Amino acid sequence: MLDRQPHRLRRPYTRRPAQRALDDLRYIRETMERSSAFTATSGGGQILMGVTAIAAAVIAARQPTSGKWLAVWLAEAALAVTIALVAMSRKARRAGLPLTSGPGRKFALGFLPCVVVAILLTIAFARLGLTPLMPALWLLLYGAGVVTGGAFSIPLLPAMGTSFLAVGTLALSFPARGNAFMALGFGGLHILFGFLIARKHGG
Amino acid sequence: MVAKTQRASHAPKSPSSARERSFDDLPDLDRIIHERLRLGIVSALAINESLSFNDLRRLLKTTDGNLSVHARKLEDAHYIACHKFFESRIPRTEYRLTPAGRRALETYIKQMEDLIRRTRGE
Repeated sequence: MLDRQPHRLRRPYTRRPAQRALDDLRYIRETMERSSAFTATSGGGQILMGVTAIAAAVIAARQPTSGKWLAVWLAEAALAVTIALVAMSRKARRAGLPLTSGPGRKFALGFLPCVVVAILLTIAFARLGLTPLMPALWLLLYGAGVVTGGAFSIPLLPAMGTSFLAVGTLALSFPARGNAFMALGFGGLHILFGFLIARKHGG
Repeated sequence: MVAKTQRASHAPKSPSSARERSFDDLPDLDRIIHERLRLGIVSALAINESLSFNDLRRLLKTTDGNLSVHARKLEDAHYIACHKFFESRIPRTEYRLTPAGRRALETYIKQMEDLIRRTRGE
């Protein structure tokens, strides 16, 4: 059999046993960390985030002012962050890995810059009275963050990010339908991908 | 089918000291998961309820053939269980770690830790 990419086993047997034992333990830990990319994202947490997002869209659509509308979505964002953190840390604990291990750290490094940009642009948009464009802004930046953060994770995450980018693009074209796109993106996509992650990647 | 604790037949014959002995010359070493790729498969499955063939191949950066051969050896040793099914008419293969596989990994890790401790203590 042709081994196109020989793995790192083929080491000399004369290596000192303790060194080899250390290498093996390191390899086990690294493999577990890498594979925990399959478990770090909580599908159950995403489903819950999707449900709260749909509820928030219904509530936000009934708000008389853009200020109250924004307050509803900011509250939903805070709730979603809490759900995500609790769900991910519970899943990481179940897997016996710290949340800040390799994959979790990589995801945060890719995802957080988009969150910071979203916060800064939300403040700027609010000052300029560009509230109708906020759903597109949030969906696009969330999608970009998930694509970059999930680049080293399961293939479902970049796919989810790309779907958010598509919904965000539609929201940009139809700003009057902001709540519907928010429900479709943060609600529907989270539930759909959350279900797939929970089913395929252990909860 | 496969002996759980075979000694390596190709290890050096005359070690100068316990510290310098070949790694594969150690007694009771589980040759099934001592192999690097098989150790990777077992480690990955230890913290995932199940992983597909493609997930494992991507994770361990190996070829279909390699993964298939080593996964079969682990299956033969009853360390992992294989489940083949169809999803939207596409054949899927999913692996899970068995209790025997988990015990073997725990034992192997303990052996490595003991070895390090012993070497440092000498």
